[in-house]
Amino acid sequence: MTVIYMDNNATTKVAPEVLDAMLPFLGELYGNPSSMHTFGGQVERYIKNSREQIARLLGCDSSEIIFTSGGTESDNAAIKGVLSAVPEKRKIITTRVEHPAVLTTCRELEGQGFGLVELGVDKDGQISLDELKEEVDEDTAVVSIMYANNETGVIFPIDKIVEIVKAKGAVFHTDAVQAVGKIPLDLSKSNIDLLSLSGHKLHGPKGVGVLYVKKGTRISPFIIGGHQERNRRAGTENVAGIVALGKAAELAQKEIDQENTKVRKLRDKLEKAVLKTCTGAMLNGDEANRLPNTANISFEYIEGEAILLLLDQLGICASSGSACTSGSLEPSHVLRAMGVPFTAAHGSVRFSLSRYNTEKEVDFVIEKMPGIVNRLRELSPFVKS
Amino acid sequence: MWDYTEEVMDHFLNPKNVGEIENPDGVGEEGSLACGDALKLTFKLGEDGKIADAKFKTFGCASAIASASMMTEMIKGLTIEEAEKVSNKDIAEKLGGLPEQKMHCSVMGAEALAAAIENYRSGKGKQSKKIEGKIVCTCFGVTDREIEKVILENDIDTVEGVTNYCKAGGGCGSCHGEIGKIIERLRGKKVKKPEVKPKPKKITNLQKIQLVQRTINEQVRPLLKSHGGDIDLVDVDGNKVIVAFRGMCSQCRTAEFTLKEVVEAKLKEFVSDDIIVEDEKKNVDESHIHKDIQGVQ
Repeated sequence: MTVIYMDNNATTKVAPEVLDAMLPFLGELYGNPSSMHTFGGQVERYIKNSREQIARLLGCDSSEIIFTSGGTESDNAAIKGVLSAVPEKRKIITTRVEHPAVLTTCRELEGQGFGLVELGVDKDGQISLDELKEEVDEDTAVVSIMYANNETGVIFPIDKIVEIVKAKGAVFHTDAVQAVGKIPLDLSKSNIDLLSLSGHKLHGPKGVGVLYVKKGTRISPFIIGGHQERNRRAGTENVAGIVALGKAAELAQKEIDQENTKVRKLRDKLEKAVLKTCTGAMLNGDEANRLPNTANISFEYIEGEAILLLLDQLGICASSGSACTSGSLEPSHVLRAMGVPFTAAHGSVRFSLSRYNTEKEVDFVIEKMPGIVNRLRELSPFVKS
Repeated sequence: MWDYTEEVMDHFLNPKNVGEIENPDGVGEEGSLACGDALKLTFKLGEDGKIADAKFKTFGCASAIASASMMTEMIKGLTIEEAEKVSNKDIAEKLGGLPEQKMHCSVMGAEALAAAIENYRSGKGKQSKKIEGKIVCTCFGVTDREIEKVILENDIDTVEGVTNYCKAGGGCGSCHGEIGKIIERLRGKKVKKPEVKPKPKKITNLQKIQLVQRTINEQVRPLLKSHGGDIDLVDVDGNKVIVAFRGMCSQCRTAEFTLKEVVEAKLKEFVSDDIIVEDEKKNVDESHIHKDIQGVQ
């Protein structure tokens, strides 16, 4: 069966060019970049090149890039690193809709005695800037707010947020794992202090990520040991992953226009058709401020896992915020924070596209969705026939 | 991804007996939209007194649909007395097993069946879901009778097991103590308890505050957190500890119970016997509380 992959916010296909770029470092070029001999040392320049490729994508200086094991490590390193560098400040601000990599970290720190404010969101999934303004104070060490939400694709007004945060002298971190490669970012024009990104969300491999640290930001290293990454992140470099991420960043920069044209067009077509043809379908999240690749749609009175499994029978890959898919008994914390009613929260499906999707695939999903929805609605005791 | 058996997938993809019988002899409904799954069972008896037809409608995941489908297949041709003996374990076994966290789906099937039989006996076709026993888990509306039943039928000896089988305890977590007591009573053994640290004899105020915070962090918070709730230490004033519930707990109807049975009990156990716990809501203005529950309305 052909796979129709529409779960790109979960992970992405490794671009063929990326795979080609990384393979030599799993083969003959296995040297340690810290070695004194040429065989190992020559690897260093590939890392340098990757750092520059990523810096170009982000619009920053290559010395501001620290390689990590992925988004989760970057988030942990950012938040915990600031707290230990600024011990006089005890408050953390984040939102209720963060990825667990941030939210769980913040709640853990709260357990250790730090003050934590979790900003709520409105029905569109947006925070209130006034509320943020009220909460940021002189005691605030770090504010961590995601660039774009992984479940709904909602983009936060980061520029305005940064302004508010910097006015009070707090450090601003953003988990941009979902945004990088999908929407243009230019850190040279931004006051963002710390930014996390992950390789496997932009057609790179799993196990590699970046923490961008703006020059002059007070932060302590999270993983200590060797001198790697100029003492900011210890551990022998994941050379193959780093080289791959550099290539992925270069491709992302080249293809970024496609995200806003081709990918957006496909997403819009899929979304419009599904909302129109499927009974009880409704869109979740701020329609105007969204990633161009994400559509989060709730289907009333039916359950998300059942929808996913029926899609799976057709080779279509998507995600759901339903309770059943996670094994917990509560539906997605993001949809609950947005106040999506229970009638719809259990039946949410997220389609997240990439530049590798085709119109033919979108048409196939559009053709199959009404049948799947109707089949489950016929089973549902809440649908009156 | 769940590891469903072929039988589960078959009954999910090709469910048997979907629908609703007109003028049924028995109707049973279980679950709700808020819970994430629900089942409506209708059956009709033949002239021989056996179940001639049974139909179901389900809102839920693959295992919920498969459990309901399998259950209707199992009871067709049975007398009421025979059907009554069909347990959640039988349904799950017929399906070749269900993932542990999905066992509540088979329980929902058995409960809808029991409700339909009860309905048949109490008056044909009329719907009268009577709550038997005392509600223990208010988040999911589960009674002590239902909890006892799953414990006995499935040899459960942990609170987590009870949650997997009937959802009780899967919301705010305030009923964990009570579920533990039911398990203890039925299974005749102590439910696993975290290791007890010796109470310090005399402690300074600072030590007391730290100990209160640590107890809340280590003993109380994980319990509430695993179910979407949370708690904050607001203040310590002499023997009075003021806390605030957050997340699911802030809107839980049994928050008062959690306060006494979980938080106060833990603090008495680990800090001092004379601790009194109070909810912040009694001590601060409304605006603060509103902010806490805003996101989960």
